[in-house]
Amino acid sequence: CCCFRLTRLFQGQESFEQAPMYVAVMTYLGFGLVTLFGYFRDFLRAVGLEKCHIAKERDEQKDFVPLYQDFENFYTRNLYMRVRDNWNRPICSLPGPVFDVMERVSPDYNWTFRLTGKTIPNVINMGSYNYLGFAENNVDFLKTVAERVQQYGLGVCSTRQEMGNLGIHQELEELVAEFLGVESAMVLGMGFATNSTNIPALVGKGCLILSDELNHTSLILGARLSGATIRVFKHNNMQSLERVLRDAVCSGQPHTHRPWKKIMIMVEGIYSMEGSVVCLPDIVALKKKYKAYLYLDEAHSIGAVGPTGRGVTELFGLDPSDVDVLMGTFTKSFGAAGGYIAGKKELVDYLRSHSHSAVYASAMSPPVTEQILRAMRCIMGLDGTTIGQTRVHRLAENTRYFRSRLQEMGFIIYGNDDSPVIPLLLYMPGKVVAFSRAMLRRKVGVVVVGFPATPITEARARFCLSAAHTKEMLDKVLFDLNEVGDELCLKFSQRKYTSRPKEQHHNNNDLNKDFKQDSL
Amino acid sequence: MDFKNVKEYLGWLYYQYLLITSIYVLEPWEQSIFNSVLFSILAMVVYTSYMVVPVHVHLALEVFSGICGEQPESTMALMN
Repeated sequence: CCCFRLTRLFQGQESFEQAPMYVAVMTYLGFGLVTLFGYFRDFLRAVGLEKCHIAKERDEQKDFVPLYQDFENFYTRNLYMRVRDNWNRPICSLPGPVFDVMERVSPDYNWTFRLTGKTIPNVINMGSYNYLGFAENNVDFLKTVAERVQQYGLGVCSTRQEMGNLGIHQELEELVAEFLGVESAMVLGMGFATNSTNIPALVGKGCLILSDELNHTSLILGARLSGATIRVFKHNNMQSLERVLRDAVCSGQPHTHRPWKKIMIMVEGIYSMEGSVVCLPDIVALKKKYKAYLYLDEAHSIGAVGPTGRGVTELFGLDPSDVDVLMGTFTKSFGAAGGYIAGKKELVDYLRSHSHSAVYASAMSPPVTEQILRAMRCIMGLDGTTIGQTRVHRLAENTRYFRSRLQEMGFIIYGNDDSPVIPLLLYMPGKVVAFSRAMLRRKVGVVVVGFPATPITEARARFCLSAAHTKEMLDKVLFDLNEVGDELCLKFSQRKYTSRPKEQHHNNNDLNKDFKQDSL
Repeated sequence: MDFKNVKEYLGWLYYQYLLITSIYVLEPWEQSIFNSVLFSILAMVVYTSYMVVPVHVHLALEVFSGICGEQPESTMALMN
């Protein structure tokens, strides 16, 4: 990230260390070998020596255009299927800081699974998006949610525009606007659909979208659906963005050279695969200079960063009205489902009648709405307790502690020091799989991500910290990571870090006690 | 990591080899195929170098000693 010096005062350090050369070489070699064996197995299946477990064309269709010959299907058949016991693991409890995983075995190398009926209890959850710990089933906290179920039932059976506009929806929209510090907000039932159906309402043909390299699929889908021209700039790179903006403003639309109707910059608050935080002050400065609009997707950063959990605008000390369209989801920090779009009142009123999901999608379910209301009131302190603020501080403490210990141990970690999303680089496909299995044996559940979602040489494990993790849980996870890291030789970092100062011990212990008292 | 005996250490080294070459994800019979192919290639390399390298080294030493041996003799001949 190339930021001006001013922003360095506000944001933590970001690091994207490169691994030694032999790691990249061995990763390519590994993929090459498994691809060769993939061709060999495809040959055996074509000849008939081996039964084909996956979809293939019928004999009558052999002369048609092939359906399953492209690289994606090859990759699924020959690489993903071999190791797919590390993904889609069924769980059978609340996804809180610990959860229960159902045990399953495969008699035929992961083509089919069979549940044994046993569960693996109390696995530490390092994968769920539960940043403030609101994924809980404490009866006292959920009393109002239960009341709403009794009052409204569960289904709304209509869209907001027809019969589905309940009083609590309007209450929630006012609370979201107050939380973010903007004029008005609109709430929708699904977070992905908030992006993919609202962007077509904001931009159209003749407009330009400048999208970060690593934007989420929902943003890319919304941009493509809108029909606007899309140009990509390098991830978090302000020089690249400025160059693209200058070219766009100077040359105009592709063939006619007319000025663009609108230029919109689309960025995210925290990028969940990298753990990096956007350079917001620089983008706001650029947008004002070149008269563009800014669309900020705070799916992972709302509630999780900032001194009071208000997101990246608070982290950098900016005025929320500098960002034209603030978007976020309630799935991550609020333990619910859905998304919001916020900004000026004219913008939100326009979107209420022109956005696809605002007009056609069914309204948010009442207990989910009440869960968001109670979580947001808790964070803002409006319910009279300090539970919310304690959780925000606890998340920041956990983030700092976990990141610094991982770096001390010698792992390569990506991202900003303030972000609760921590990618730990594993690189080689064999190690990715072995890591996931070894951690589950030690009762820690991690999420590993490989090729289509990340670049081919940079497979990683992604940790999502939570305010509900106690220091003992984090210490256990760190101990297991240390052992597994030594066993699998995962400590690629070549930097030397000093050990953390003793005073942090005291801070962690005090907050530990506070959190325990509040959660009784 | 502490290894109780050499066998455990060798087992860990084999595990590292499986992970680094990504052979770990393959089924056991495929691993056997790859191991035997790799072993035969390595055996051929070792055998060839055993047959070829001493002969070549001997020849090379002869050539170099021939050059160094001739030089002082020819200057002596010229002077005489």
